[in-house]
Amino acid sequence: MAEYRVLLVDDEEEFVSALSERLMLRGIEVDSALNGEEALGRMDEKEFEVVILDVMMPGLSGLEVLRQIKSTHPNTQVILLTGHGATREGIEGMRLGAFDYLIKPVDIEEMLEKMKEAAKTAHMD
Amino acid sequence: MNGIWQKFRQFMPKGLKDFPNYGEGPERYNLLRKNFVMIVCATAIIPLLLMAAINYYQYQSALKEEIVKPLRRLVTSSKHTLELFLSERESTLRLLIRERSFEELSNQARLNFIFQSLKAEFPEFVDLGLIDSSGLQRSYSGPYELKGKNYQDQDWFQEVQLRGVYVSDVFLGYRKFPHFVIAIKRDTVEGDFYVLRATIDTEKFNQLISSITLRPGSDIFLIDREGILQTPSRHHGSVLEKVSFPIPPMSQEAVIGRTKDQHGEHLFGYAYLRGANFILVLIKEPGEVMAGWFTLKIELLLVFVVSVAVILIVSLRTAGLLVDRIREADQKRESMYAEMEHTGKLASLGRLAAGVAHEINNPLAIINEKAGLIKDLVEFSKQYQDREKLTLQVDSILRSVNRCREITHRLLGFAKRMDVKVETIHLNELLQEVLGFLEKEAFHRNITVNFNLAPDLAPIAHDRGQLQQVFLNIINNAFEAVEDGGNITIATGKNETEPGSVEVAISDDGRGIHPDDQKHIFDPFYSRGKEQGTGLGLSISYGIVAKCGGDIRVESKVGKGSTFTVVLPQKCTMA
Repeated sequence: MAEYRVLLVDDEEEFVSALSERLMLRGIEVDSALNGEEALGRMDEKEFEVVILDVMMPGLSGLEVLRQIKSTHPNTQVILLTGHGATREGIEGMRLGAFDYLIKPVDIEEMLEKMKEAAKTAHMD
Repeated sequence: MNGIWQKFRQFMPKGLKDFPNYGEGPERYNLLRKNFVMIVCATAIIPLLLMAAINYYQYQSALKEEIVKPLRRLVTSSKHTLELFLSERESTLRLLIRERSFEELSNQARLNFIFQSLKAEFPEFVDLGLIDSSGLQRSYSGPYELKGKNYQDQDWFQEVQLRGVYVSDVFLGYRKFPHFVIAIKRDTVEGDFYVLRATIDTEKFNQLISSITLRPGSDIFLIDREGILQTPSRHHGSVLEKVSFPIPPMSQEAVIGRTKDQHGEHLFGYAYLRGANFILVLIKEPGEVMAGWFTLKIELLLVFVVSVAVILIVSLRTAGLLVDRIREADQKRESMYAEMEHTGKLASLGRLAAGVAHEINNPLAIINEKAGLIKDLVEFSKQYQDREKLTLQVDSILRSVNRCREITHRLLGFAKRMDVKVETIHLNELLQEVLGFLEKEAFHRNITVNFNLAPDLAPIAHDRGQLQQVFLNIINNAFEAVEDGGNITIATGKNETEPGSVEVAISDDGRGIHPDDQKHIFDPFYSRGKEQGTGLGLSISYGIVAKCGGDIRVESKVGKGSTFTVVLPQKCTMA
């Protein structure tokens, strides 16, 4: 299986640092951003196969970031993190072309599974 | 205008003035009912009373006129008859005295002859005599021996000298029959005078009066100015007796009035006769007169009483109905207020819960990741000595995090149910969106989802989030029910029984639901034994649909599969 790069976007720094360390322990190349603008900036510097994107963020909202990613980097697969069990945002995100969604707090194994699939899709496209 | 109203208010009962302030409690309905009845009765009964009073007086005067007129006519015509009788006798005597000389009349034989022929014509003449100016009876023809009698000092002789004519009162004379006297004076050329005097039997008078036909209760008779009966009466005594009632004042015109005596009320008519001291009196018994009036009074009273009774019954019944309606409306409004208050409370509670859940979710996610990281670090560094023990502790933390997650999810679900926003929804699109949520699972488990959507399905007005939750729950259940590689069919269409409503049927070929479980699947916390799920999904879904006036039906056979049919009205009735 091919290597893939992941961009983790969430406004909670503690969450981002812990999760990215856990992913790196599993040999995944992880970058992180604490808001939408930063995330879009990172994506201009580097190519990512998978973006883990929190829907609820101050500033640029998750769905807005998703929209921009889909227009500028159509190959990149986005997995949404929804703070609630919010079906509304989830469904809206799916409609906008997100690859899948995960409900916080996230089970790491489930996340890895989904990332793997997303990366596979990204390589196929 | 306002001033008049203020004035008017002063006269209104206290209950009416305070019309809008009935206060609370059940007495206000009684007060309202009382006031309503009072107002209706006042507005209906007062005019009725006025009408009745006006009618009463109109009838009374009309009836009086009807009674009084014939009586007056009767009295007048009787008076004329009697006057005619008297003046006829008077003229006869006047003719005699004018046509015959003093010498002829004073001749006893001539007078006898004249009297005989007079009696042949008028049998009621009893005697005839001539008196000269000295008051001496010069000749006399009749049953008494009156020749040579001197009347010089008698009142009647004085009166006939003064007035030329005299008609006496009735007196008992010859054979105890009542009589009266007519005397006529004639002046001679020489300045002397003489008087012709005749006595008349009153029998003829009586005949004349009794010829006036009267009902048994009535009476008609003559009296003189002292109240002495001149003709017999039916109920007021016989001739020459004094009547019990006072003498009416002088009137030649017929007068009709009322009197009262020990027998009760009478109608009383009278007239003074011209040229004589007689008064014609007519008395009618009250029963006869008033019978008609009394019946009318009774009828009027009856109509009035019946009308009042009808008004009372109608107003009481109407007031009862009205007040009951008001009471029902009040109760409905109160329960609606209570419900609204409850809903409001729930809504704010829901918002609070959502806020809390959301705020907790983020630190929870951090705990989750930190604990996960600890676990990872322990697992990845193989030489850590208390590895087993630490892993156990971290797993415990992670389980607790999961429990917290369940709780926050439930809270959020609850909060969302509170926050209803009705919008136009195309059900077919919504179902496809919801399925988008589950596409991955379908793909992994090789589940086939067939859509059988009616293309012309009318849009409905509901809350999008709630409907998403409902269908997500049901489709999710279907996913859980089927084996890998199973089939799920989602069909939409019009509901046949309720116009405007639509239905969605979600069928699966899964394991089905046991009939015993079917009864309980919509009960809260009733789970089909799966390790996952709170047992709230279908309960919440059913609550949402039922609240909007819809329904969820389930048909299922164990081993064959289940069909959940959601019926939704065109518009959610709750919002």
